[in-house]
Amino acid sequence: MRHLLSISDLSKDEAVLILDTAIEMSRASDGPMKKLPTLRGRTIVNLFAEDSTRTRISFEAAAKRLSADVINFGAKGSSLSKGESLKDTALTLQAMGADAVIIRHSASGAPARLADSAWMTGSVINAGDGTHEHPSQALLDAFTIRKHCTKGGGDLEALRIGIVGDVLHSRVARSNVLLLSLLGAHVTLIAPPTLLPFGVESWPVDISYDFDSVLPTLDAVMMLRVQQERMSDLFFPNAREYSRYFGLNRDRMHTMKSNSIVMHPGPMNRGLEITADVADSARSVIVEQVSNGVSVRMAILYLLLAGAPSEIGANI
Amino acid sequence: MSAALSAQEITRALTRISHEILEKNSGSSNLTLLGIPTRGAHIASRIAKIINSIESTDVPVGTLDITLHRDDLRMRPPRALMPTVIPPAGIDGRDVILIDDVLFSGRTIRAALDALGEIGRPKSVQLAILVDRGHRELPIRADFVGKNIPTARTQNVKVNLSETDGADEVLVSEGENK
Amino acid sequence: MTQSYILKGGLLPNGTKSDIAIRDGLISAIGTSLDASGSEIFDISNCVVLPGLVDLHTHLREPGREDSETVLSGSRAAVRGGFTAISAMANTSPVADTAGVVEQVFRLGQEAGLCDVFPVGAVTQGLEGEKLSEMGAMANSIAKVRVFSDDGHCVSDPLVMRRALEYVKQFGGVIAQHAQEPRLTVGSQMNEGIISAKLGLKGWPAIAEESIIARDVLLAEHVSSRLHICHVTTAGGVEIIRWAKARGIDVTAEVTPHHLLLTDDLATSYDPIYKVNPPLRTQKDVTALREALAEGIIDIVATDHAPHPAETKECEWQEASFGMLGLETALSIVMQTMIETGLMNWEEVADRLSIAPARIGGYSDHGQEIAVGKIAHLCVINPTASWRVDRDLVASRSRNTPFHGMEFPGVVKHTFFKGVKR
Repeated sequence: MRHLLSISDLSKDEAVLILDTAIEMSRASDGPMKKLPTLRGRTIVNLFAEDSTRTRISFEAAAKRLSADVINFGAKGSSLSKGESLKDTALTLQAMGADAVIIRHSASGAPARLADSAWMTGSVINAGDGTHEHPSQALLDAFTIRKHCTKGGGDLEALRIGIVGDVLHSRVARSNVLLLSLLGAHVTLIAPPTLLPFGVESWPVDISYDFDSVLPTLDAVMMLRVQQERMSDLFFPNAREYSRYFGLNRDRMHTMKSNSIVMHPGPMNRGLEITADVADSARSVIVEQVSNGVSVRMAILYLLLAGAPSEIGANI
Repeated sequence: MSAALSAQEITRALTRISHEILEKNSGSSNLTLLGIPTRGAHIASRIAKIINSIESTDVPVGTLDITLHRDDLRMRPPRALMPTVIPPAGIDGRDVILIDDVLFSGRTIRAALDALGEIGRPKSVQLAILVDRGHRELPIRADFVGKNIPTARTQNVKVNLSETDGADEVLVSEGENK
Repeated sequence: MTQSYILKGGLLPNGTKSDIAIRDGLISAIGTSLDASGSEIFDISNCVVLPGLVDLHTHLREPGREDSETVLSGSRAAVRGGFTAISAMANTSPVADTAGVVEQVFRLGQEAGLCDVFPVGAVTQGLEGEKLSEMGAMANSIAKVRVFSDDGHCVSDPLVMRRALEYVKQFGGVIAQHAQEPRLTVGSQMNEGIISAKLGLKGWPAIAEESIIARDVLLAEHVSSRLHICHVTTAGGVEIIRWAKARGIDVTAEVTPHHLLLTDDLATSYDPIYKVNPPLRTQKDVTALREALAEGIIDIVATDHAPHPAETKECEWQEASFGMLGLETALSIVMQTMIETGLMNWEEVADRLSIAPARIGGYSDHGQEIAVGKIAHLCVINPTASWRVDRDLVASRSRNTPFHGMEFPGVVKHTFFKGVKR
């Protein structure tokens, strides 16, 4: 069975195939064809052991537009919250006949454990695991960048992308670094040293502590959410210092290249890493990222599940 | 390999089909042409041009990719999608002419009818095909046919068009059913 | 028990071919053409005879976690691995911080009767790292505890560690430190490095081990006491110990078999069979540890045998327990990593796995040279045979071995404890 656990499961051609397929999916969705019969009869389970609204609804919408049956296995009130183990949950899903499980989990590697185990035979799609990866988010981010910064199709050769904020704890950052560099873009990570992972010098990126000097060179800037708890864990002294040096506010926004875009995977801490006027400005594609998410997730589900053993993804 | 249709024969066939469409529909005023990618779409463009040269009208032309409606998806790895572009006037109440290069089992057209059904409600759906090679598996028939070429199941019919393959010709060969 | 054996055709650790006679629990003769009357004869051609192995670091889980292991099942595993003496760490439930608990463990070992079980006493009450436990009472109990350790936890408060080092001098004890600075390893899951950053697992940096080793060797020097460092895993730690020994500081150190072989890239599968504390590190560390063991900078091999039930290993990495089995595979792994690479010979193996650990622990019956009149604690290994590890066939009650399916050289054929084959 094929899985999508990490961006490193994809070759460049496979990543581009997903993005191209997503274009057609979005055309279908924008046009009158709201529902497609492609995954009719397939059962897809949303196993969200960690709370999420945006991603879960996005995957659910994608699955339903392809006529799949969707079952939601949420966190609150489910057997998971009562301490049922991952293994027992998987065995239950297998007994229910799940063709695919979309899993979000607070433990890095939980999707890999599911895919690797003998507990179930369906496809496993990682919707975010701990601080490891969030492949579908990176794909929809790349789709969004492609739409605004290239002339449509093709890869992201020579584009300059900045990722700003808590890289250390961000699965979105990890997946984006892998995908953007796979597609030929130049990535710069901008963060205080405490929020960069040990060994980041070995990543295919540039690093900067100076947001102001890098920002005017970027075609797209991706702001990461900074959690309040990080302050008590001594990653930076307080919110004011963080926003002063790494927050995207109106003054900084005015230094950006004329066509460059502002992105955020959500949910935003308005006022901490990004101010309200930037989030709501014309440069911001934050809302569009959400609708692009449905098309990209439709493409992922189609390519993993519609055909005979799939074209893309990890074969475990 | 033998050439079942030459470039010139293709041109003549498309011209005749264009006239037949206009004749059957009493003109072009309510027509919408939808070509099935890849080659059906090119053929649709050509027919639109021919109709324009006959009647001096611009018939709405679009493409209809039927991949997501196929009934044999699970039998092979998933295919890349082609563009679906419906003309702005839509298809409700229109006489839709579906256009493809080869008619074989009929399943592609069945999928196209399903897709159309989700887009809207045409007044009629007619089928124009360059080559009909027989061996229908569903009750589907073409309204306008370029050429009937009886074939064995094991043979392969390939339509080459200058837009995609460098030259116009239809080739029949022995080999795998594609 | 009056059992007599003749071991024929084997090799002593120094390579001499020699037969060995065992009678009434002692080695009664060594040489050729020994009188075999009334004795059971074992053909041990091609085998090497080592003094019974001594493991200064095992977790037998009893009392408290008998589902994972008991003193009896642990003893069985020990015998399979060629061990005639094992030290049982104190992190049981209740903690072995009183004479009562250590005497219980000692008696359980005697009842099992397969090998000597020497309880290790906790340094602090409840392993909480705050107040010294009744080390005097434990030293004077029938268990005669000399090795004290909070293993599982680090004695991180420098004042507590100083006092403990001073206190044990009165009965010749030694503090065995689990070197892990807690403030640098909150929630840590695996070695801090490129792999942990890629996998999104919280790192356990090498300096959390190195900084405690550095502090404690200086403390031991300052108060003139003996120090033992459990499971060294870092090249940096090795360098500090080398420096300390050169200065004449009385420090000894151990390395586990798994840290001589496995590296942190195994975590990429997210299979928590590889999750252990201290964690697997890099190839650079493995190389440094092997060289240090060969040199004697690291004095002994100790398994840190840590049984765990299946449900704590069949789950997400973060939820899984830390630890691996070790008793049954130890000697084979040492053979593969040290003998077959030419780094050590069998005499040195005898030193690192028997003589030196017995000396550190004060286990005077063990780690003796193979000589007439000595108690017959012996391990007979066939280096020309190999075996495949099968987790379903282990003697331990638990099955958490990372070596399942792997082939290793060296099969332990016989283990003699007090002159009786076990």
